Amino acid sequence: MNSIVCVKRVPDSEARVTIGSDGRSIDPSGVKFVMNPYDEYALEQALLLKEQAGEGRVTVMTLGPDAARDTLRSALAMGADDAVLLRAEPPPDGLVVARALSDAIRGREFDLVLFGKQAIDDDNMQVPAMVAELLELPCATVITAFQLHGRIATVRREVEGGHEVVELELPAVIAAQKGLTKPRHPTVKGIMMAKKKPLEEIDVELAPSGFEWLDLSLPPERPAARIVGEGSEAVPELVRLLRDEAKVL
Amino acid sequence: MSFEGVDFYLMDEMLSEEERAVRDMVRDWVDSEVMPIINEAYIGRTFPRSLIPQMGELGFYGANLPEEYGCAGLNNVAYGLIMQELERGDSGLRSFVSVQGALVMYPIYEFGSEQQRKKWLPKLANGESIGCFGLTEPDFGSNPGGMLTRAVKDGDEWVLNGAKMWITNGSAADVAIIWAKTGEIDDVGSIRGFIVETDRAGFSARDQKGKLSLLASDTSELVLQDVRIPDANLLPESGGLKSPLKCLTQARYGIAWGGVGAAMACYCEALDYAKNRVQFDNKPIGATQLQQVRLANMLTEITKAQLLVLRLGRMKDAGTMTPFQVSLAKRNNVDMACECAREARRLLGANGILVEYQSMRHMANLESVYTYEGTHDIHGLILGQTVTGHAAY
Ligand SMILES: Cc1cc2nc3c(=O)[nH]c(=O)nc-3n(C[C@H](O)[C@H](O)[C@H](O)COP(=O)(O)OP(=O)(O)OC[C@H]3O[C@@H](n4cnc5c(N)ncnc54)[C@H](O)[C@@H]3O)c2cc1C
Repeated sequence: MNSIVCVKRVPDSEARVTIGSDGRSIDPSGVKFVMNPYDEYALEQALLLKEQAGEGRVTVMTLGPDAARDTLRSALAMGADDAVLLRAEPPPDGLVVARALSDAIRGREFDLVLFGKQAIDDDNMQVPAMVAELLELPCATVITAFQLHGRIATVRREVEGGHEVVELELPAVIAAQKGLTKPRHPTVKGIMMAKKKPLEEIDVELAPSGFEWLDLSLPPERPAARIVGEGSEAVPELVRLLRDEAKVL
Repeated sequence: MSFEGVDFYLMDEMLSEEERAVRDMVRDWVDSEVMPIINEAYIGRTFPRSLIPQMGELGFYGANLPEEYGCAGLNNVAYGLIMQELERGDSGLRSFVSVQGALVMYPIYEFGSEQQRKKWLPKLANGESIGCFGLTEPDFGSNPGGMLTRAVKDGDEWVLNGAKMWITNGSAADVAIIWAKTGEIDDVGSIRGFIVETDRAGFSARDQKGKLSLLASDTSELVLQDVRIPDANLLPESGGLKSPLKCLTQARYGIAWGGVGAAMACYCEALDYAKNRVQFDNKPIGATQLQQVRLANMLTEITKAQLLVLRLGRMKDAGTMTPFQVSLAKRNNVDMACECAREARRLLGANGILVEYQSMRHMANLESVYTYEGTHDIHGLILGQTVTGHAAY
């Protein structure tokens, strides 16, 4: 069972992000970067599949800057066997990323390519399906359960208001939703072994993109909370405000 | 909210990539596995036992001992960072890991035979076996050399008699490292260490009742009544009071790091509270001079303590660290943590007495840490003796 897990280095969801002086990028200074949380569910799934099969490899791959090496090292510490860094500043265009990843994946031996369902930085949700298309492989996104019987994977997908169960024949591409797995903590030994595992670095030439970031802005500050009263007496006023002011009822 | 720690002097730059990775892993683990359950464990006066196998799996026990015995083989700075992060969660957790690693696995590694190491270290490292360390007695705390526990040779067995007091993990342990005199009662040089399985006839443990500190930790009294163990359970290389003291040096080293962790937890809680709690004129209390100085004092002391342990750790790795330097760090850092916890608790006002906030839990815990592993006073006396040449204790 060989898997390739694509991971992305993103700002921590708790990081207080500020916008750079160009108005179009995030100011990275002082921001903690982590592995995209949805990718962690995917990586854990790949590790479980390898453990269940008792053989195979888990390769982690990222397209990112030099600093994304840290993201790969933490994936290796969790138990991945080897890592590939496609060195480039990740462009905003999902298709350009998908082309670079699929070029690097093609020609490798794999049964499954795994992603998180989205990266929490730009929230585009494009890359997994695009990679599947470019590799001409079946694809299931936003999955919450995965089972393998021989070469057939049965997965459960989250869809609007419910779920659906689909079958895919390997090789295939899947994209993990929260809840697919509970990602393990790396062990101390895993961390120490990570630096001895192979990390391949490839400089990639990105395809031209018709996509440009023009402007980034922060969401408006949330107004201060208001306490409208206490206990059951507060309910009518609360309902009134929710209806008339917040307009959510 | 995940914990971000305190790094005013950019000390992360002085840590290696692996040291940071180990620290971050333990930090995340404490956030996700310890913080959600620690209040209940503390109020319920129980050690959270469900964490024992996890900590073994992750490699926390005896993490600075060699890999050939199933340990992680970390350097001492990474090991110290584990202690720091665990104590950020709770001193009871750090105590458990300190006892297991520095007071049970270390003496088996340092004074044990190859056979004893092979038999015990792997299962202590993965948490299958739990250990405790019996040195203190009801009448001999700061002066352990006065101990009354005796071990008498009878054929190829040893017969142990005595009582040990204040023993962390005592009632949960599968194995106890017991220190006993093998010669006359005034012969401190005859102290030896023994591996005593706790299911041996004549061994009993009883939990200490009525504690107001270190509630999420088992503390017990051990009674040994004609406990017979084979000669193979004697730690062959142990001899004299210096053997248990060598173990204490290992544990105190980790405690000095732990103090930084507890203090950071309290400081971060106080800082956050100070920014958000509004009194008078719609201003946060953090905008007042008084609370700012309180926070500045905490930050200053934490930063000094961090520099102290990092230097200590680098010396330990280089093999130049002395026990006296460890005394200084244990004394300073635990006292510093006690002060930070108390100041944080006060800054929090009434909320500060609640278990939902951490500072008072740390404050109460740290009173034990202040006393065990050599009291604050005794470390002062050790340092006094070191610089003057006159023993005053
Ligand atoms: C929660 C907890 C867990 C513990 N776990 C363990 C364990 O796992 N294993 C173990 O062996 N022990 C353990 N201990 C015991 C601990 O190490 C002792 O409590 C400690 O050494 C102090 O001894 P004592 O309590 O008898 O105090 P004492 O030695 O009686 O001291 C009382 C006071 O007198 C002061 N004092 C003592 N001698 C002098 C002197 N010469 N000059 C001036 N002042 C002096 C002390 O500083 C202290 O303030 C634990 C203790 C606690 C509280």
